Amino acid sequence: MSFAELQKKARQEWDELQNGDIPQIIVGTATCGRSAGAMAVIKAFEDALKEKGVQAVIVEVGCIGPCYAEPLVNIAKPGKAVIAYRNVTKAMAAELVDSYLIGDDPLPHYTLGTIGEKTVEGIPRILDTPSFKPQERRVFRNCGIIDPTNINHYLANEGYAGLNKALGMTQEAVVDEMKRSGLRGRGGGGFPAGRKWEAGLKAKGSQKYVVCNADEGDPGAFMDRAVIEGDPHSVIEGMIIAGYAIGADTGYIYVRAEYPLAIRRLERAIKQAHEKGFLGKNILGTDFSFDINIFPGAGAFVCGESTALTLSIEGKRGMPRVAPRPRTTEAGLYDKPTLLNNVKTFSSAPMIITRGAEWFASVGTEKSTGTAIFALTGKVNNCGLIEVPMGITLREIIFDIGGGIADGGKFKAVQTGGPSGGCLPEALLDTPIDYDSLDAAGSIMGSGGMVVMDEKTCMVDVARYFLDFTEIESCGQCVPCRLGTKQLLDILKDICKGKGKKKDLELLVELSHSVHGGSVCGLGQTAANPVLSTIRYFRDEYEAHINDKCCPAKVCKPLIAFHILEDKCAGCTLCARSCPVSAISGEKKKVHVIDQKLCVQCGVCMEKCPKKFSAVECVSPKEKIMEVA
Amino acid sequence: MHERLSEVLSPYKGRRDALIPILQNVQAEIGYLPDEAMLEIAKTTGLPESRVYAVASFYAQFRFKPRGRHTIMVCRGTACHVRGAEKILEETERALGIVEGETTEDKKYTLETVACIGCCALAPCIMIDEDVEAKLTPKMVSEILDGRAE
Repeated sequence: MSFAELQKKARQEWDELQNGDIPQIIVGTATCGRSAGAMAVIKAFEDALKEKGVQAVIVEVGCIGPCYAEPLVNIAKPGKAVIAYRNVTKAMAAELVDSYLIGDDPLPHYTLGTIGEKTVEGIPRILDTPSFKPQERRVFRNCGIIDPTNINHYLANEGYAGLNKALGMTQEAVVDEMKRSGLRGRGGGGFPAGRKWEAGLKAKGSQKYVVCNADEGDPGAFMDRAVIEGDPHSVIEGMIIAGYAIGADTGYIYVRAEYPLAIRRLERAIKQAHEKGFLGKNILGTDFSFDINIFPGAGAFVCGESTALTLSIEGKRGMPRVAPRPRTTEAGLYDKPTLLNNVKTFSSAPMIITRGAEWFASVGTEKSTGTAIFALTGKVNNCGLIEVPMGITLREIIFDIGGGIADGGKFKAVQTGGPSGGCLPEALLDTPIDYDSLDAAGSIMGSGGMVVMDEKTCMVDVARYFLDFTEIESCGQCVPCRLGTKQLLDILKDICKGKGKKKDLELLVELSHSVHGGSVCGLGQTAANPVLSTIRYFRDEYEAHINDKCCPAKVCKPLIAFHILEDKCAGCTLCARSCPVSAISGEKKKVHVIDQKLCVQCGVCMEKCPKKFSAVECVSPKEKIMEVA
Repeated sequence: MHERLSEVLSPYKGRRDALIPILQNVQAEIGYLPDEAMLEIAKTTGLPESRVYAVASFYAQFRFKPRGRHTIMVCRGTACHVRGAEKILEETERALGIVEGETTEDKKYTLETVACIGCCALAPCIMIDEDVEAKLTPKMVSEILDGRAE
């Protein structure tokens, strides 16, 4: 079948589903949806439909982003606007079948908004809400819209059109289109993707490889998983286009073993692409052949580094190659020319080819074109995945899209770029998001983790947390990284314990520069960024720990103490009963007391104490207890 | 064990490049990588035993001790950390009576931590086998564990 015929058939199937007489119930069942209970909601819909004898199709889709609203269900009634429902429960499922599928009341109080052109009175269009208005969905174009297990849904929405067009172009023209788009590598480094593709094309050798880096190991980032789970074919199509552009016949997707659903979605998508003739021998009747293998990563953060990743596929320890070394595009996997890009970079390629470089560069800034995807998490109201034009400010992201700080808290810092990034304070909230501005502020774009912190987050503890991570993940071959991260961590641990010394801050800075300068790969070179950025912007917190033995955020256990306020304690005994170390004594209806010698600062008493009493107080430094007592 | 091992290894004779998938498949079949399996893998692939061990010990996924029937992974991602993952870990350790890296005496659970599950918006969370339990409080941990059948 020709591409035009495949596309026509797929569009027919898609149109029938969209414009048919049967209502659709569209449920987001990516990992986040499932964790929030989407599968139970599907079951509840099925039961209710059966019981009431109502006809409807249930379609499973990926994630459209607003994780805070999961489980998310869209209902499309024939001729009506598609309505998105948030935080759907089993009970709501039954209610929706009654009120909206059988009746005609869309229950506006349950909705997030409407999707598409049509509107319903009393419900806003999702794209007009503050959370979505600044967004621009490109890499996420299909996520949460199409059924990721149905290749026809992808085909009907511009899918494989980029490949079809690319196969009619010269390899040079494909590379040129990528170059002109200005797309920079979305894995975090920000290297111009077109230049990498050009190097791959120019590299000499009959055997070349295309490798997709889906080893998303940054704690705090999960967009690659969402793209694979929600739109696997876009990644596969991007890889095939790349294979054609550089003259490779084999591709590998290196994907984390911790993402079982993503792996299953890829396996299925690859099989379907074979069946339709987009993978395998003589793709779409040309003499270009390409195949893709999935390689489940075995759990090593350093394998996100390109040379470590290729060694890992070869079955070796994933230790970055020592400089001077050839570029991966010249000698990568099995020492053959290898084009290695991130999931989002490959997923961007089909639309660049289909719609053109100018279209792609029409949003973003001059040096950072297109959109950026962030995993907005931490102490923010609207957690989730967002896609925004480059150049938007941190403030717009956190306060407009993110809806501000959770639980009425106060903003303190935002951490971008994962363990290689930095923490930025309130004064830098108007920093525009692009590779160069974030770099100048002492952080990085990285893979797009964005963790918001409030005044209950201790910045010394955050630095310690990241060093704990990099120290474990250091592969160990560069001494400054292996031992330097350990020393940094030990000093930070001491400070958190109240054992910090006056000279520690200087020492941390000096050591940070040594680790940076003495490591061959990105992990070591950036490992100290969380330390440097927190010292730069939150020096007073370090000083409070060191000089006053005080943790202002009341996080570092050795520096805090809990005690019960006499005038507020009603003697309900809840705290005493839940204390894991039996440190609380007191009789019913009488004031309770915490034995400071036994207390392990777990905070369970504070959590258990009913809000109306709020009798448990946390203080720092510990000596404050004496003052109160 | 020998038969299961040879069945898993049969397609990999001499496949030095497939070491990681081999280790993954053997672990999936047996649950961990006992000495016997490591030696057999070396023989099948033709790699030195030291090399098989060097690779297996480099990656967090591989275990050299038997595991419980279920694995609990407490996420220590950044989002989970700022939302109290440490307390969740402590509570899980307390509820199971073991610490991170150990297996309960009845071999029901093995407790581990993971750098990030990727459910950051639902932090803090843990993963029990393939199920993610989200938005946890320390209180919920024992409720979840108590509510689980074999």
